[in-house]
Amino acid sequence: MLELRNVSKRFGGVVATDDVTLEVARGEVHALIGPNGAGKTTLIAQVSGMLAVDSGRIVFEGEDITRLKAHARVRAGLARSYQVTSIFRRFTVLENLALAVQARSGSSFSFWRPLAAETALTDEARALAGEVGLADKLDAVAGNLAHGDQRALEVGLALATRPRLLLLDEPMAGMGPQESARMIELVERLRARLTVLLVEHDMDAVFRLANRISVLVNGRLVASGSPQAIRVDPEVRKAYLGDELAA
Amino acid sequence: MSRVVAAFVALLAFPLAMQAMDALFYVSLGSRMLIYAIAATSLNLALGYGGMVSFGHAAFFGAGAYTVGILAAEGVQSLWLAWPAAVAVAALAALFIGAVSLRTRGVYFIMITLAFAQMVYYLFVSLKTYGGEDGLPMRGRSDPGFGLSLAGDLAWYYLVLALFAALVYLLHRLSRSRFGRVIEAIRENETRAEAIGFPVYRYQLACFVISGAAAGLAGALIANQSGYVSPSLLHWIQSGTLMIMVILGGVGRLWGGALGAFALLGLEHLIADYQFEWLAALAPNYQDHAGLAVGAVLLAIVLAAPQGLAGMLAGKKRGDARA
Repeated sequence: MLELRNVSKRFGGVVATDDVTLEVARGEVHALIGPNGAGKTTLIAQVSGMLAVDSGRIVFEGEDITRLKAHARVRAGLARSYQVTSIFRRFTVLENLALAVQARSGSSFSFWRPLAAETALTDEARALAGEVGLADKLDAVAGNLAHGDQRALEVGLALATRPRLLLLDEPMAGMGPQESARMIELVERLRARLTVLLVEHDMDAVFRLANRISVLVNGRLVASGSPQAIRVDPEVRKAYLGDELAA
Repeated sequence: MSRVVAAFVALLAFPLAMQAMDALFYVSLGSRMLIYAIAATSLNLALGYGGMVSFGHAAFFGAGAYTVGILAAEGVQSLWLAWPAAVAVAALAALFIGAVSLRTRGVYFIMITLAFAQMVYYLFVSLKTYGGEDGLPMRGRSDPGFGLSLAGDLAWYYLVLALFAALVYLLHRLSRSRFGRVIEAIRENETRAEAIGFPVYRYQLACFVISGAAAGLAGALIANQSGYVSPSLLHWIQSGTLMIMVILGGVGRLWGGALGAFALLGLEHLIADYQFEWLAALAPNYQDHAGLAVGAVLLAIVLAAPQGLAGMLAGKKRGDARA
């Protein structure tokens, strides 16, 4: 479904991603793990088109999207969520989601007709809010939501674009155990209908959700395989998991 | 809503009252205020609704004025040719300047729009064929045809008022349309707007072009109002004045541009053309320094009403552009 071929990015002298070759298969939850600064977020930014690749190619569903702009990749079926919550803070939950639905449904070069007349947008937004657990907070202003709800909205915005591949950048960042459990449940439900590339530090979540795990260290892919294989991979244990799994 | 109706009734009745009082000068001042209200409203679309702080709107205002002025000098007096041409020239200028400027952000955007406008200013200063520094007089107002004339102050005022009302209604519709929601979203969170699939650059450019086109219309009107176009219409001080009007009236508010224009021009008139006895007793030559007095009053208003006059009138219900 998604292939990265020798993807690299440098910022001045710093190598953020270094010759990464990786394949995400249709229908899987593919986790991308690695210590802080390993280049995970950079890689997500490259896949979503927010950052250009210095070298290498990105192929999505058989098409080379290396030079495609970010908004065009979304239309092609590839959406992302952000590690640092990025929502429309002054919009309500419903307005946030309806906007994302609007992005997908037809042109928005429409200057005259009132948006309020388009009930199809709000209907779908309402359904999405239910899906991410915000059904009872439709009219809450997004900036005033609790952290966990903002994270749910963050994922909801990406879902509203109806992606076939969803890039989740640390969806559980800053969450308590209860909120994390809710997010894990959501991803469990999503896996039935879409492919997920998941960046996450929460190892419980990663090992519960992932079919495959790839490990990034200093921008290089050091291992990629099933959770069982990753768990015992000596290279991975040395480079990253170390104490956490040995314990 | 009822306040809007009341305001328009007042604007409709104003010239009749002035005529009855034999004070037609004020009708002309009213037209000038309405023209600046159109210009400031157009800037508010880019600046307030779209979040694009253009410091070069004088370029579009002046481009519209010069289009009418130059066409008149070449013998084209028809309103139906000159005004659409003015709007089109301003829109094209906005398309070009916007296409380049919107590749930058923040203070660079402010500076590059300013730089473009100053280039246009110097272009017209050096254009001796069309008056250069001295400007270009017009023989009369544009000709609407059908045996009508815009020479009378009242007819002129009502035409300007109608155009102002049309623009405000257009902005009202736009701000509630799909397009309006998108530019609001881009102002709010540009990165995320792109990440949910909106081609941000195209929407911003479209918004900028509409804004420039409306400023061009205001320019066509000001040329007719004064019967004269000069490079001062293109000067950066003009851009700054429009920006002050928007900030004073209310950034991103439907009536912000208009209220700011009325307040600023009204204030300037009051201080420069009226002799307040008690003020003159304190400072005999205060009218020679009207700018200082205007500045002081503006400062007081902005401090008292950080959301602008429109925000103050709306009762500060919401701090955003959807009031």
